[in-house]
Amino acid sequence: MLTSQFLVLGAILFCIGVYGVIARKNAVLVLMSIELILNSVNINLLAFALRNGSADGHTFALYIIAVAAAEVGVGLAMVLLIYRNRRSIGLDELSEMRG
Amino acid sequence: MFAAELLVAQNIGFAVIALAMIVGALRVVTTNNVVHAALWLVVVLSGAAAQYVLLAAEFVAITQVLVYIGAVMVLFLFGTMLTRARIGTERDLNNTYWRLGIPVAGVLFAAMAIALASSFGDEQLPKEPRVIGVQEISDQIFGPYLLPFWALSFVLLAAIIGAIVLARKD
Repeated sequence: MLTSQFLVLGAILFCIGVYGVIARKNAVLVLMSIELILNSVNINLLAFALRNGSADGHTFALYIIAVAAAEVGVGLAMVLLIYRNRRSIGLDELSEMRG
Repeated sequence: MFAAELLVAQNIGFAVIALAMIVGALRVVTTNNVVHAALWLVVVLSGAAAQYVLLAAEFVAITQVLVYIGAVMVLFLFGTMLTRARIGTERDLNNTYWRLGIPVAGVLFAAMAIALASSFGDEQLPKEPRVIGVQEISDQIFGPYLLPFWALSFVLLAAIIGAIVLARKD
């Protein structure tokens, strides 16, 4: 197996996730695109762990999975709160922070 | 001989799983149904777990299945159900400027592909990789990476309390 085949797969998933973050308006779908990005990073880390024969990549990947779980929990709680207050989760309608 | 056959099988497995992952990821960002997007995300996450097994990271693969497919997807489905009146196809999931995302993603991928091709080219992964067991990972977590582990525990605690405070009805 080539090193770059895993890295290219990670790059493809990352770019699809970036497209999703830019293109989507629904907050839940934006959170899903962020999950795609985090998974592409994990594939890269584990490919380098195999390449270098080191356990550091595994440790980082586990930490990223834990942080992603925390991020989804808080993100969906925020989405619920916004929906309860505004009856909509369109990200373009949130303009209170505009200066 | 045996090693060569194993390598061919690994490459075929990689190609099939990678294709399923890319199709699933494209459907996640293009489908008009939020529940379908969540289910396509399951395909991508399962494929990622399979790639982790190919990369000799069994413990991370099992954690991926438990945490992502078990817990995060349930959260997503609950979030979808709690934030909309009806479940089904709907318009208006994309921004008006969604086409801007295509050139951005394309340029980003071109830059990364050039960088990867010039730095790794056709470098092979080691044929006989060092097996990294759970014991070694735990030695890492509770040894040199103990401080990030504490920080992560605090982040999780703060996230739990924050999610309860945010989602609570007053």
